[in-house]
Amino acid sequence: MKKSVFFGALTVAGLAAGAAAAGTLDDVKARGKLNCGVTTGLVGFAAPDANGEWMGFDVGVCRAVAAAVLGDPKAVEFVPTTGKTRFTALASGEIDMLARNTTWTFSRDVDLKFTFVGVNYYDGQGFMVPKDLGVSSAKELDGATVCIQTGTTTELNLADFFRSNNISYEPVPIETNAEAQQQYLAGACDVYTTDASGLAATRATFEDPAGHVLLPEIISKEPLGPLVRHGDDNWGDVVRWSLNALITAEELGVTSANIGEMAAGTNNPEVNRLLGTEGTLGEMLGLDAGWAKAAIMAGGNYGELFEGNIGEATPIGLARGLNAQWTNGGLIYSPPFR
Amino acid sequence: MTTLTDPPKASFRLSMLINDTRYRSLTFQAIAAVALALAFVYLGNNLMQNLRAAGLNISYSFLGDQAGYDINQRLIEYDSQSTHARAALVGILNTLLVAFLACITATIFGVVAGVLRLSNNWIISKLMAVYVEIFRNIPVLIWIIIIFTIMTAVMPGPREFKGDNATSSMFLDLVAFTNRGVYIPMPFFENGLFGNAALNWVLVLLVAMGSWYATRKANARAAEVQAETGIRPNTFWTNLAIWLAPFIALMFIMGLSWEVPALKGFNFKGGIKVGGSLIALWFALSIYTGAFIAENVRAGIQAVSKGQTEAAAALGLRPRRVMNLVVLPQALRVIIPPLISQYLNITKNSSLAILVGYADVTATLGGITLNQTGRAIECVLLLMLFYLTASLLISMAMNVYNASVKLKER
Repeated sequence: MKKSVFFGALTVAGLAAGAAAAGTLDDVKARGKLNCGVTTGLVGFAAPDANGEWMGFDVGVCRAVAAAVLGDPKAVEFVPTTGKTRFTALASGEIDMLARNTTWTFSRDVDLKFTFVGVNYYDGQGFMVPKDLGVSSAKELDGATVCIQTGTTTELNLADFFRSNNISYEPVPIETNAEAQQQYLAGACDVYTTDASGLAATRATFEDPAGHVLLPEIISKEPLGPLVRHGDDNWGDVVRWSLNALITAEELGVTSANIGEMAAGTNNPEVNRLLGTEGTLGEMLGLDAGWAKAAIMAGGNYGELFEGNIGEATPIGLARGLNAQWTNGGLIYSPPFR
Repeated sequence: MTTLTDPPKASFRLSMLINDTRYRSLTFQAIAAVALALAFVYLGNNLMQNLRAAGLNISYSFLGDQAGYDINQRLIEYDSQSTHARAALVGILNTLLVAFLACITATIFGVVAGVLRLSNNWIISKLMAVYVEIFRNIPVLIWIIIIFTIMTAVMPGPREFKGDNATSSMFLDLVAFTNRGVYIPMPFFENGLFGNAALNWVLVLLVAMGSWYATRKANARAAEVQAETGIRPNTFWTNLAIWLAPFIALMFIMGLSWEVPALKGFNFKGGIKVGGSLIALWFALSIYTGAFIAENVRAGIQAVSKGQTEAAAALGLRPRRVMNLVVLPQALRVIIPPLISQYLNITKNSSLAILVGYADVTATLGGITLNQTGRAIECVLLLMLFYLTASLLISMAMNVYNASVKLKER
């Protein structure tokens, strides 16, 4: 009995090893499920709702890719990862892609051997202080105690900012957002710093949001985007163009509401190419012709995902700002579908 | 005439390795050892191959790169320009500091609670029972959070010390208790004999060691006199003079002064800051492990046969002296071995430090460095190596101590 279990395990391991050698796209198709790495819970970006269903802006990207590849937005296995485990999980093949508000940096791209397929949220690091502190600029924070979420790029930006302005500070590294919030409200630190979107989300939960101000300085560029492993360009293309399909759909006015009639054929050739009624874009990727249509139907186009999860109508209440389409003065821009 | 018959020559044949009971067990042990070694080689090789296949090359060169982040509690020189290796060293020192402090206080808490739990006073013994049961049955993680949260919520922030109608004031104008930590005055020398402050402190240490040696001599002399005459001369005043006179003279010559913390800007400046996270972690670890040590102490005391106590009492010793001179020295033999594992627990539990933002080695090397470089496997291996080494060193030191107190059998 023991022997057969052992050999069974060996066989399974051998099969898994064999499968890993093939392309990720084939793996996902064979498995019938996309393994997508997300945060352990950041409301608005990725968090399970009351029914245990994962919801959020990053989750939307996972669902769009699953819909494009497998035709089913629900065919996603969400793997919660922490700041510490996320890169190992991706590198080891435990997950097929990582959509976990991860900042695209040189060293992560080059040294850690990942491919960032694009940017789905342009963020930047900001500071929040209580209003009665009487501080109007981050440069007045000499000697302040700063609460900071550990395990992110924010620690490095903070050190650089204070060093380049020749002022001192005392860092208080905190593991989670909830704890940092409590420390900040108890006055154990003067300032709380993290990505501006996170600050806005945190301030929205305070009893008295008006008693706290975000300082004007944004001290870093934090382009957040999904990423895949180096060396499987075909799979990277699938994820990249699934994201681009969502962005292009918003630009071209394709929404989850009107996609049915749009897919019947329009007189805009780019819409037709996107939705697969013209050209063979899907085939080039190794997917069905209707891949982009499925991706957009999964949760709507980029704008719909934004407004539904983190937009101004939600408790997070983020304005589009840099994340508006390039036609509206933002940075969201997809290469053309042709 | 005697005939000598040679004993049969012990000829060794290969088959004896299996057939001869003298060699058989050795043979099988050797085979098992080789098989085990091969298994480990296979596993290690497998690991390396898989890591290579996954594109994860093991490299420790990141340790020499610039760390780029700041640490709030530094026992050695460090800034964001220093290397990851130095950041790890800062973390290691912080871990050792909190482990050392917690080991001492946990022992004090434990011995006091353990002795008092056996007290004849009903209230005291029950109070100690409640302490032990509450603290050792709730995870230390929760204690750390509770203590830290209470500290930050109850203590005043530095802002409350500000202005004319401040709601808080410094204790005796010397010590400031804030929710960020306790600021105490720092001693320094106005006209030290050396330019370097550290050398002055070394001098103080040398003087203290000299005094210690002198008092030992004085006590030995007193013991000699006692052995000869049966009367022990009073050494208290001479010892006090040996300790205080050179010390006070040295302080006077070097001009001892105190730097008192003062509120400047957002925080108190000057003096020594004992961070709130250090206090919370230290206190939580001590009070939690103290409850376990209390049980060890109680077990040790109860292991000393009652006849010893009764015999000591019959000699006319008072209860406190019975405990100090007769029971505790014998109880130590039972107490020390489990105490070693409690010290190891403190060291390992100190890795929960990041929970309260204390920059121990798990927070620097295993936290921020790991995240910034993405070298998870390397960092975790280094962490394992550190905790293993630290634990083995502690248990080695404690085993030496155990050997010195255990029953000497000749």
